Amino acid sequence: MPDDRASSAPSRSIAPEPRPGKLTASDLVGMYRTMVLSRVLDERIWLLNRQGKAAIVASAQGHEAAQVALARATDPARDHYLIYYRELTTLLALGMTPLELLKGFLCRDGEPLSGGRQFPTHGAHPRVDLFSFSNVVGTQLPQAAGVALADKMRGEARATIVYFGDGATSQGDCHEAMNFAAIHRLPVVFFCENNRYAISVPLSKQMAIENVAARAAGYGMPGVTVDGTDVIAVFEAAQAAVARARGGKGPTLIEAMVERLFPHTSDDDHTRYRSADDIKQMRGKDPIAILETQLRRQRLLDDALHTEIWAEAKRIVNQATEQAEAAGFPDPGDFSKRLYAEG
Amino acid sequence: MPVMTVIEAVREAMREEMRRDSRVFIMGEDIGARGGVFLATDGFLQEFGEQRVIDTPLAESSIAGIAIGAAVNGMRPIAEIEFADFVWPAMNQIVGVASRIRYGTNGTKFAPMVVRMPYGGGVRGGLYHSQTIDVVFAHQPGLIVIAPSTPYDAKGLLKAAIRCDDPVVFLEHKRTYRLVKGDVPAEDYVLPIGRADVKRQGADLTAVTYGLMVHYCLEAARKLEAEGIEVEVVDLRTLAPLDRETFLESVRKTSKAIVVHEDYHTYGVGAEIAATIAQDAFHDLDAPVVRLTGPDVPAMPFAPTLEAEFMLSPEKIASAMRELAAY
Ligand SMILES: Cc1ncc(C[n+]2csc(CCOP(=O)(O)OP(=O)(O)O)c2C)c(N)n1
Repeated sequence: MPDDRASSAPSRSIAPEPRPGKLTASDLVGMYRTMVLSRVLDERIWLLNRQGKAAIVASAQGHEAAQVALARATDPARDHYLIYYRELTTLLALGMTPLELLKGFLCRDGEPLSGGRQFPTHGAHPRVDLFSFSNVVGTQLPQAAGVALADKMRGEARATIVYFGDGATSQGDCHEAMNFAAIHRLPVVFFCENNRYAISVPLSKQMAIENVAARAAGYGMPGVTVDGTDVIAVFEAAQAAVARARGGKGPTLIEAMVERLFPHTSDDDHTRYRSADDIKQMRGKDPIAILETQLRRQRLLDDALHTEIWAEAKRIVNQATEQAEAAGFPDPGDFSKRLYAEG
Repeated sequence: MPVMTVIEAVREAMREEMRRDSRVFIMGEDIGARGGVFLATDGFLQEFGEQRVIDTPLAESSIAGIAIGAAVNGMRPIAEIEFADFVWPAMNQIVGVASRIRYGTNGTKFAPMVVRMPYGGGVRGGLYHSQTIDVVFAHQPGLIVIAPSTPYDAKGLLKAAIRCDDPVVFLEHKRTYRLVKGDVPAEDYVLPIGRADVKRQGADLTAVTYGLMVHYCLEAARKLEAEGIEVEVVDLRTLAPLDRETFLESVRKTSKAIVVHEDYHTYGVGAEIAATIAQDAFHDLDAPVVRLTGPDVPAMPFAPTLEAEFMLSPEKIASAMRELAAY
């Protein structure tokens, strides 16, 4: 790890940590609750896709623990989030409602992220500085460096979290972003959700090394690999990276090892390129089952609470589905509006 | 003659050329075990092996740059860009460099490569799986740009592209992939690059078009036939170099022209064609040339209502043709 040289950012603006400390028992159960809600919603979206109502879904199943723990280590009132397309849990953890998200998948009027112009989960969060401008893999990485640069210029102690997959690390944009962020000690947390596949392309054809985090040394920033099914491990790594960023010490690369439990999207069939063995093994790394075991062992979860959490998630998702399906489609009269500042 | 879809014709063309010429290889994302996201290379890994069917990292600039390097060093690469919307990182290599290699070395080096990409909308692809970027390439001297509409043309032109000694951008409209079927000879044939094709004869007006819109124009022409209006449909097939003679000849016969394309209106293919007609067939014209195109709004919004607003349809085309015929 490179040493932490003095920050070049003005120190006056660095405010105290808003949510310090360790995870409590209720944090852990709260994270479990969000993960379950994400899972139930994700499953509902697949169902809507199979019914021909949702054109596409890129599932977050398998990534839930990594996403919820990272979100918990940040402050949505203060930090910036540049997500990619596989962030359903992140969006829920950062305050989007199932109804808002379902309106995106079903393209209904009032869809808050893009007004139904973009694929689901693309656009900008109505209440948090979170956005995903494009589906083009890797484009968010240099943008994150720019967001962080602006904060640094103004002396604001905020972290910019940028999310991406292992495949995205092959883009020139990724290299260019990490290099720039490290040179300027920008407050960026590079968060790679490594599920070992980019659609069908396995990690071994994406890079000749085992871990993305190893690259961090080449840029002069810390890089850590964590078990992305372990909420505590992700939280601790993220908390350190966020503190480092807000403290003006520069970027960090976190690589969370996760599994993509479903095909790339609803248009994919992973049996064409994943062996039966591989599929069976990865199913054993379901982060919800893993956290559940942990919570039960610590006596933080019993059958009654388990039933309550899943029933609550289903109730919320059922209600949101009904409401979303009752909404109309966006008005085509609006379709050329808001292309320029005027009009 | 076997009946094929466009995607099958594309696959056949590449398979035949890879069997014929060991210099031909293909590289791109998900083209190996997955067989390509549209299955253009289904079965290729098994037949040709990993050396000639290369699953690349997710990095388009390198896909195009590596193709250039291999091409100038004696190979015949086919580079697949997964969707045209993702070609932007590779623009520097394709538009910036590949187009200038022969010119910039005064003819001593050249890049015989094909960059294939599915493009076009009407597939619920939203802003990043629907783009038509035809004119961005067609505007650049040094590139050959082909955009076939039928399985027969796709096979014959892709084979010609692979054998061509200059860089070719080969645009495959993804809505035609499975929608459009047609007769395709099982044997080896190539079609001439830079030659338009009259897909339907008619005396009353000329529709100049390419890609998916050929089929929409043919459908519109069938509607108008019932009303006694005979539409001639010219399929450009190659956007660069542009075959001006075929559509000029048609307009001299019909005296009325409509250009139809999905790509944006302003500075589009339609502008070039309308200007050509105005310049070279002015005295034959009975009406102003009509351009019916995609709107100047980013292609294309995702919600079904918004997508329908963006896309042309046989109905929209028929009504524009009807108006022109009545002029
Ligand atoms: C520049 C670009 N090229 C290709 C694609 C098509 N594509 C979409 S997602 C994807 C794989 C991304 O894999 P990874 O970054 O590992 O993320 P994951 O989907 O596994 O979470 C590809 C190739 C794209 N969206 N953008």
